Amino acid sequence: MSLAASGTAVLVLLPFAAATLMMATISPRSRRGAVTGAALATLAGCGIVAGLGPEVLAGNVLRWQIEWLPQIGLAFGFRMDGLAWMFAWLICAIGALVVLYGAYYLAPEDPPRRFFVFLLLFMGAMLGVVLADNLLLLVVFWELTSLTSFLLIGYWHQRGEAREGARMALTITGAGGLALLAGVLLIGNIAGSYDLDVVLASGDAIRAHPLYLPALVLVLLGCFTKSAQFPFHFWLPHAMAAPTPVSAYLHSATMVKAGVFLLARLYPALGGSEPWFWIVTLTGLATLLVGAYVAIFKHDLKGLLAYSTISHLGLITLLFGLDEPLAIVAGVFHILNHATFKASLFMAAGIIDHETGSRDMRQLNGLWKYMPWTGALAIVAAAAMAGVPLANGFLSKEMFFAETLAKEGHGLMELVLPAGALIAAIFSVAYSTRFIHDVFFNGEPVGLTRTPHEPPRFMRAPVELLVLLCIAVGLAPAAVIGPILASASRAAVGAPLPEYQLALWHGFNAPLLMSVAALVAGLLLYFGLQRFINLHRIVHLPRGGRDMFLFLIDRIVGAAIACTRAMQNGSLQRYLLLLVVLAVLAGSLPFVRSGSLLEPIASSTPAGAVELIVWAIGVLTAVATVFVHRQRLLVLVLLGATGLVVTLAFVYLSAPDLALTQVLVEVVTIVLMTLALRWLPAEGAAETGARAVARRWRDAAVAIVAGLGIGALVWVVLQRPVDSIAPYFLENTVPSGGGANAVNVIIVDFRGFDTLGEITVLGIAGLIVFAVLATMRRRSSTYAAVDGGDNDGPGSSLMLALVSRMLLPLAAMVSIYLFLRGHNEPGGGFIAGLVLAIALILVFVANGMRWVDARMQIDFRGWIGWGLLIAGLTGVGSWLVGSPFLTSSYDYPVIPLIGAVPLASASLFDLGVYLTVVGATVVALSAVSRLRAPDAVNPDDIAGMASER
Amino acid sequence: MSIEFLIASAIGVFAGAGVYLLLRARTFDVILGLTLISYAVNVLIFAMGRVRIGMAPIVAPDRAPSLASYADPLPQALVLTAIVISFAMTAVLLAIAIAARAATGTDHVDGVECGAAQRDAGDAADDAGARQR
Repeated sequence: MSLAASGTAVLVLLPFAAATLMMATISPRSRRGAVTGAALATLAGCGIVAGLGPEVLAGNVLRWQIEWLPQIGLAFGFRMDGLAWMFAWLICAIGALVVLYGAYYLAPEDPPRRFFVFLLLFMGAMLGVVLADNLLLLVVFWELTSLTSFLLIGYWHQRGEAREGARMALTITGAGGLALLAGVLLIGNIAGSYDLDVVLASGDAIRAHPLYLPALVLVLLGCFTKSAQFPFHFWLPHAMAAPTPVSAYLHSATMVKAGVFLLARLYPALGGSEPWFWIVTLTGLATLLVGAYVAIFKHDLKGLLAYSTISHLGLITLLFGLDEPLAIVAGVFHILNHATFKASLFMAAGIIDHETGSRDMRQLNGLWKYMPWTGALAIVAAAAMAGVPLANGFLSKEMFFAETLAKEGHGLMELVLPAGALIAAIFSVAYSTRFIHDVFFNGEPVGLTRTPHEPPRFMRAPVELLVLLCIAVGLAPAAVIGPILASASRAAVGAPLPEYQLALWHGFNAPLLMSVAALVAGLLLYFGLQRFINLHRIVHLPRGGRDMFLFLIDRIVGAAIACTRAMQNGSLQRYLLLLVVLAVLAGSLPFVRSGSLLEPIASSTPAGAVELIVWAIGVLTAVATVFVHRQRLLVLVLLGATGLVVTLAFVYLSAPDLALTQVLVEVVTIVLMTLALRWLPAEGAAETGARAVARRWRDAAVAIVAGLGIGALVWVVLQRPVDSIAPYFLENTVPSGGGANAVNVIIVDFRGFDTLGEITVLGIAGLIVFAVLATMRRRSSTYAAVDGGDNDGPGSSLMLALVSRMLLPLAAMVSIYLFLRGHNEPGGGFIAGLVLAIALILVFVANGMRWVDARMQIDFRGWIGWGLLIAGLTGVGSWLVGSPFLTSSYDYPVIPLIGAVPLASASLFDLGVYLTVVGATVVALSAVSRLRAPDAVNPDDIAGMASER
Repeated sequence: MSIEFLIASAIGVFAGAGVYLLLRARTFDVILGLTLISYAVNVLIFAMGRVRIGMAPIVAPDRAPSLASYADPLPQALVLTAIVISFAMTAVLLAIAIAARAATGTDHVDGVECGAAQRDAGDAADDAGARQR
């Protein structure tokens, strides 16, 4: 990569860097600082572009690239050929002029830093679009231009029209951007790469592919929305709510050119086909005519210019659609010319607005005598817009006429194209004449609040420079613009260009005749309209696009609300039903697809009488819970029985760790639910009413189907041979993990990161229970708590209280034993922690919280924190020895009396698990048992605990 | 009657009973349902290691470390943490149920009694909308 090539990267990143720097160093209200920063950045950009000029104009393509996401073919790189260079030049040069102009344009109350930072961000995004060497990167920058355009249109966000215009522009160009992304993905798939060089070289393969048409249409949707082509054009006039420098920069010279830029950029890959010709040409023609026609009737200066811009963009699109190399040259030429004269016209309109306080042509008349110099500049620029000889617009319009005449084939189009071109040219002469005549002549100003005068010297300078350029190009095109145009067009066409001549005079020919006819007819049209109809009285509001847009948005929002209402009616039962039904449907798919699933494949294990009895207990208690679920204390007994059956199943099926965990959790859960029952009705009220019965039957049907489905699924799976990654764990548990208990080693070592997440969840859950109940205690006086809880002292059951106290140290010892042996035999942090927690809970419940608080000052919330900290630090510790997070090491130190103890760093991690489990469980249960029942509560509420009293 | 069938049918019954209770209108019933569904799901995940009897995954020097001589430890490890997490979920839901009843005076899952007033689904939906607003 040469120095010049890295210049492309510097060029794109420069505006972003400058914007960041400005945000960091300049005060929001400092106009001098903001202007200086933006001016330096744009001028530096111009310098870089100029510096790269010789190499690019010599025909070289500069490439700079670093890998970004090679897996999906995304590189971060830039590529500058003639076309990209021309656009970069346009972006930087007009950017610099707009900064100068904007320095005078902004009112004292407008925050200057925000404006210039947005402008620089846009400039960077736009440079990225034209210089990206990868289609995906191009789309990223493309979306950035939409976003920055949104910010700039909404700069005066206190104005409603600015907000609406910004939203509309973002919605339409953003939606187009999504279409473009889809199209780019298709192209990338067809071409096998997103790299621009590869894509441009595989035009034949792309055009021959069956997905060519969808790809083309999607990409064109992106181009047409961005370049305001009919029928997406309506966002552009609404974008005129932006400050005028923004309109001059984004909405005439650069951003709206991104669409036509992409047409030119992808022409070698997508162009040269019948669909391309028809879609692009007809869209361009429609836009050309609609824009030019509507422009005549706008009273707002910027509105006229906006529709004129739409029309000229249509002209460029049409030229690209013609699919002829010379038409591409004409299109590229017109991009340049339009940027110069339209930017100067916008700036002139801004000056007029700035100095008179109005943009309405019904008020602005006869300004010539107040601001002749601005008037003269505007006249020249408008002449270029109308295509008057000696100005640059004339040359490209001549080429346009010539190309529409030269296009052969396609039947009636041979006639339609030149006719459409002529009609549009007549309209454009008419609106250009109106722009000049209505503003600078045609009587005296009407109802202006101040006397107009010439703007500050340097506010006019950008206009002067641009107008000078219009004339220079118009007079000596080959000398001024020839090489740039040639190199840009060559890049756009992707092949050597045919002979053409850039000159003011081509002799008497058909295009010249069309130009003269358009000039005469356009003048007649304007003055005819003015004389006989009086344009000022016509109120032409082409709001169809806006109305349709708002209608569609309303409909979409309405549909979204209706959809949400239908699904989220506030009833949890409805949500859960939907969830279950969807899960059942998803689960039934494999059965529907293949009917042979239910045939047994592998052999099965026969069951004896004991297994059958245990199974029957589990199944019967589970079914019984359904029938007695309203008697809540009874149902807890049944639920506990089901849980114990599950425990037995774990024991029998070779899972001692699971059995231990399950039986302990079972105890904790049932105790917790029993405690909670005090605060809930002991008898669940039945749902009543006609619908309730129907609902019960419906739910029963759903439940039976769900149960049958899940049972069948398990049955089918269990018939099949297993293929598992388990051998890895079994083989490595002793050599790498240092423990024989594979389950424990997986938890604290192989899958330690999962476990860290899980104990974090557990800790959070314990704290949530505490927090929910603590705030409830504070807020609700009827649920006031006292430290003692409800069952104060050993009064409730002396035996239980005494036994629990004696049991605690024993349980603690068992707990430590289970913890220490956990690495090699059933046990470990989870199980040991639960044992200690249960012993503590038993003490709490049997003796009352007041008794406990008087004797034990332990805040178990701290245990959660310590546990997580130890587990986390163990993981971090392995970084110190240069290993990845949570890598474990182990040894077997011999402790007197106990023997060899497996001391792995994983044991330290397990200690974290242990502390968290104890902390979370005890915090949750003691939070519930600390609640104190108020006297006012329904006696039913505490019936559940009556036995304890 | 095979062990496989017993396991599959038990899971089906647990899940069915759990789903029915899950769809009830009382907070406590929903929690009961979730507990039953937790049993079903935990056993389901565990059963994916297939039926093994007397082959606890405690690696001994005299038996080759392969699936031929040990049960699959991975589903067991997954289920072990799942059991603890389902306890955490139950605890949080119970706390919310208690707090909700204290705040609304009812243990209906929607915080209002629907059945008593004999309102149809439309009214309930409107009410729900009004509450959200």
